[in-house]
Amino acid sequence: MLLALFSFLSAVAIAAALMCITRKNPVACAIWLVVTMASLAGLFLLLGSEFLAVIQVLVYAGAIMVLFIFVIMLLNLGTESSDIARPAVWIPGVVLAVVLAVELVTLRLYSPERLAYEFTRTAQLTDPAQVFPGAAAARDASLQHGVLGAVAEPLFTQWLIPFELTSVLLLAAIVGAVVVAKRKV
Amino acid sequence: MLLGPALAVSAILFAIGVLGVLIRRNAIVVFMCVELMLNAVNLTLVAFANVHGMSGQIIVFFVMTVAAAEAAVGLAIIIAIFRHVRSVDLTNINLLKG
Repeated sequence: MLLALFSFLSAVAIAAALMCITRKNPVACAIWLVVTMASLAGLFLLLGSEFLAVIQVLVYAGAIMVLFIFVIMLLNLGTESSDIARPAVWIPGVVLAVVLAVELVTLRLYSPERLAYEFTRTAQLTDPAQVFPGAAAARDASLQHGVLGAVAEPLFTQWLIPFELTSVLLLAAIVGAVVVAKRKV
Repeated sequence: MLLGPALAVSAILFAIGVLGVLIRRNAIVVFMCVELMLNAVNLTLVAFANVHGMSGQIIVFFVMTVAAAEAAVGLAIIIAIFRHVRSVDLTNINLLKG
């Protein structure tokens, strides 16, 4: 059941991504990208990251894509002819992407056991549950404190400084976007 | 365990994103393909977080923040370029000095 749902969502994500890069109209590209991101949110759910699934829908499929659609509308795009490069450019591109995909897909052989083995480098100790106690601890924490509590606890203790730095980054991005997009400085 | 299949899906999505960057000339669509690549990497991190613990999820949280910041600044740059060149076709945007 889990695997069937996973396969379905993966197939939707990949098909929508392919549609996204081949549609002529930028608005159609954006809509297909939203489909990809929504199915990725489903995959996150299946992989046990409920909080990230919600954030994926809110931030990516919501906020970021609205920004994209807004800019497409503002620039009044979608009336020109196709912007897909001529065959002399896209055929090598496809070859390159296929080679990259094959290289990366060989990672499919990766199992949790192999990850555990490479982590410890001893043949006896390959039980992922033993090598990575963090996974079980995370599951316990989400049962005990809820899904949000399990994410919040490390975020505000172990990762506090990166979290605070993120706020500086966002402030810089806001100011930067306003300055760059302003008509005259 | 879904680790292997998830890595394969994210690899394919990443390659599709790279292909989009290579074959499209519309700056906004290229930008969307970059977002697609970021999402593919997020899927990898979530898959490993399922095996390894909570840290992967936190890193995805930061990646999403950086992607939001990048989208805001990048789209502002595209608007500024559009005012200048009256086009978002990347073949027309080839001068470092405006």
